Amino acid sequence: MANITVTVDGVTYTDDVEPRLLLVHYLRDRIGKTGTPIGCDTSNCGACTVHLNGESVKSCAVLAVQADGAEITTIEGMANGEWHPLQQAFHSEHALQCGYCTPGMIMAAADLLRSNPRPSDQEIREGLEGNLCRCTGYENIVRAVRRAAEAGATS
Amino acid sequence: MTADIQASSAELGKARLRKEDARLVTGQTNWTDNIVLPGMLHMAFVRSPMAHARITSVDVSAARSTPGVFAAFSGPDFADEQGSMPCVWPVTEDIVMPSYPPMAVDEVRYVGDIVACVIARDRYAAADGAAAIEVDYDPLPPVLDMRQALGEGSPKVHEAGNKSYEWVLTNGDIDAAFRDAAVVVKRDYVQQRLIPCPMEPRAAVATSVADEVTLWSATQIPHVTRVLLALTAGIPEQNIRVIAPDVGGGFGSKLEFIAEEVLTVLAARKVGRPVKWAESRSESSMASHHGRDQLQRIRIAADADGRIRGLSVDLLANMGAYLKIIGPGIPLLGAFMYNAIYKMDAYSFRCTGVFTTTTPTDAYRGAGRPEATFAIERIIDELAAELNMDPLELRQRNWIPHEEFPFDTIAGLTYDSGNYEAATARAKELFGYDALRQEQTERNLDGDPVRLGIGISTYTEMCGLAPSRVLSSLSYVAGGWEHASVRVLPTGKVEVVTGTSPHGQGHETAWSQIAADALGVPFEDIRVLHGDTQVAPKGMDTYGSRSVVVGGTAVHSACENVIAKAKRISAHMLEASEQDIEFTSGRLHVRGDPEKGHAIQEIAFAAFTAHNLPDGVEPTLDAEATIDPATFSFPHGTHLCAAEVDTETGMVTIRSYVAVDDVGNVINPMIVEGQLHGGIAQGIAQALYEDGVYDDDGNLVTTTLADYLVPSAADLPSFVTDRTETPATTNPLGVKGVGEAGTIASTPAVVNAIIDALRPLGINDITMPCTPERVWRAIQDARESGGAA
Repeated sequence: MANITVTVDGVTYTDDVEPRLLLVHYLRDRIGKTGTPIGCDTSNCGACTVHLNGESVKSCAVLAVQADGAEITTIEGMANGEWHPLQQAFHSEHALQCGYCTPGMIMAAADLLRSNPRPSDQEIREGLEGNLCRCTGYENIVRAVRRAAEAGATS
Repeated sequence: MTADIQASSAELGKARLRKEDARLVTGQTNWTDNIVLPGMLHMAFVRSPMAHARITSVDVSAARSTPGVFAAFSGPDFADEQGSMPCVWPVTEDIVMPSYPPMAVDEVRYVGDIVACVIARDRYAAADGAAAIEVDYDPLPPVLDMRQALGEGSPKVHEAGNKSYEWVLTNGDIDAAFRDAAVVVKRDYVQQRLIPCPMEPRAAVATSVADEVTLWSATQIPHVTRVLLALTAGIPEQNIRVIAPDVGGGFGSKLEFIAEEVLTVLAARKVGRPVKWAESRSESSMASHHGRDQLQRIRIAADADGRIRGLSVDLLANMGAYLKIIGPGIPLLGAFMYNAIYKMDAYSFRCTGVFTTTTPTDAYRGAGRPEATFAIERIIDELAAELNMDPLELRQRNWIPHEEFPFDTIAGLTYDSGNYEAATARAKELFGYDALRQEQTERNLDGDPVRLGIGISTYTEMCGLAPSRVLSSLSYVAGGWEHASVRVLPTGKVEVVTGTSPHGQGHETAWSQIAADALGVPFEDIRVLHGDTQVAPKGMDTYGSRSVVVGGTAVHSACENVIAKAKRISAHMLEASEQDIEFTSGRLHVRGDPEKGHAIQEIAFAAFTAHNLPDGVEPTLDAEATIDPATFSFPHGTHLCAAEVDTETGMVTIRSYVAVDDVGNVINPMIVEGQLHGGIAQGIAQALYEDGVYDDDGNLVTTTLADYLVPSAADLPSFVTDRTETPATTNPLGVKGVGEAGTIASTPAVVNAIIDALRPLGINDITMPCTPERVWRAIQDARESGGAA
């Protein structure tokens, strides 16, 4: 067992974890952050994307022990009194159907807009290449990210 | 009591943002794998690594002594109680339906067949336990190729042989049609195996307390599951509650009653604790059912002027190792669709269902209709090439003109309405068809190494499953009705209980619109309840683009019944005759005097207090309706695809994609457009990317999303979508199904575009998916065999 301290969505947790425990399982099974789902086991789908010290990571590809001392933001920490502009834009543009990919898609899009605040449609498509959606055909996801960018969502 | 009274206006056709989204965008969704119950244990399965083998021994002792493990079981532990997984669509009287034990006892028949399970304190300990189980196998020969499987001397998947059934449909004199035709074109097409890949893998949680079983499952079909669980595991139906919580997509893959559900329930009963099973993606790819996998032989006969005389189809359909719940019937849903939108004199269809040692197949978005639509729309292009006609002109020459609806088709269906001319004209306009044809000609003359191709798909499909009597005639065991109940609560708010089970379709929003429109109450005042057999006890669930056509109609009809009851109460309150009561904009009033009356919310409160109800009227304002549809639903449309094909690399790029669909009247255009986007993407994925591949030993080699190419945003074009609206005449809302239309239409549009680009090189087919390598090889082969420049 290893002892880790992580801050998740503004709350600090100290826990003993097995060295093999994936961050996504720590988030979901140990501290109840089930807003971050799991869609694959090869880091291809991006459903489990969270921010680790401000950058997007696939939490199925990070060990919990690697997050020791880190600050993590999940989809559950994105709204700050009101919805994050990406959450609002995904709703407004019907950029989700089943919604399973949505947490990861929003977290990845937030990271994309941080590095490129006004991406072209093609840059949005390429920037979200690591996040798979099976419902929307991506058309409305691109529209939503564009809308959020226009609304000035850069974090 | 004053209710908050507002009249709704024009709810139908409004792009309402979805009620579902609030929990989905904030991470407050209740996926099955999110469920945690006190004392809950986790289950992992050991699956066969062999395509075909006899199990000689399973040793679970090491698993039982693994830290954190509560129990481990193998097939014999369940043999007396697990039953056999059911198939509810025995398509012929002599169909071979082998036993399908949820956990294999003697023999495994595909890589992924379950041989043992471990129940442990968490998912890691369960995985450790599973790794400690030792299974010995005596290998048997795999059976992978359908033609070989049907040949003399093939190894057998099941003792009864490799042929499950043969089903035929014929109408007209097919021999005469082909004998007298000026032109006959014959093609063989391969519908590759697809893996549905909803983003949420399957999961189940079960409790068994005293004699009560509760099963949460990531399923499209909680109601059907309850019945089948009762029949399979011998649990009395009244003791079973099935809940589909938030479900992360299905596409047919969760239109299934699965062995894992049975085993989760039985495991919970054995250990006396709640048990959860949540599969990994690799497990899902191997063990969740697959789709398509058909070999199609199609022949078309036509006059010299292009008039179609006859169509003949001979299919081999891969069932995989066992029959899933509706697996044998999937090709039948295509049987009525090969004739598509065209008139012809004769039609013959034959399908042979074949067992192989592969993952079983069943419904995948479109289920039979994409296969049919692909084959007919591809061969229409081939016929056009043979006749040297524009493929769009050939279609126009043969399709059913709009003034001829309702139209009885050669396959025996009656299409209620449609306007192929209007959808096609609009699509051509948005696409710039004539200009692109001109550009294509010029680039071909210039010898441009990047060829432009134009692909057409003028599809229709049958959905809205389904009239129960028709299902009976097709040997389907269940009905196709749907149920709704509508309750106007004492405070004037409304609960709509539906038997449909959404998993991304937005029923909470669309059904609210239907009820708001019918009852004249605010959209926001309505809550839609679904997906729990205790909350919504009657239903037939969600699949086959049936929800709005059947379930939406049931909501509408239940609202009408509420209004009828409200009219009786209103008449009594107003001391008027019931015939003199009118209902307009949410108010019941005396005809011609809107001021004299009550809002429906006030009637609801009066019905709740029951102080002054007419004789024979029961308290509370609620009603229900169960709708058995009169016929199927026939959406249609025209999809046009422009593809650029680089003849030097084989790379295909979709330059533009236009879809004009006619799904009748529309409840929520935003949701409809979203369904089409997603459907088109899945059809393009079949054309260009996805392929479920087995090696020679029967190992599925595409078990991860690195190997099985579900397209990303970077792999897909932007879509131009529009609609024409030709209302259905067979339901009061005038709606048609939309969930599968995009997938049905888009695959042939893309492949037709690729072939159209390469036809001048002498290429008339490329097997899907049309990867750069396959396209490049086709070009090399054509050049070597001396095709035109």
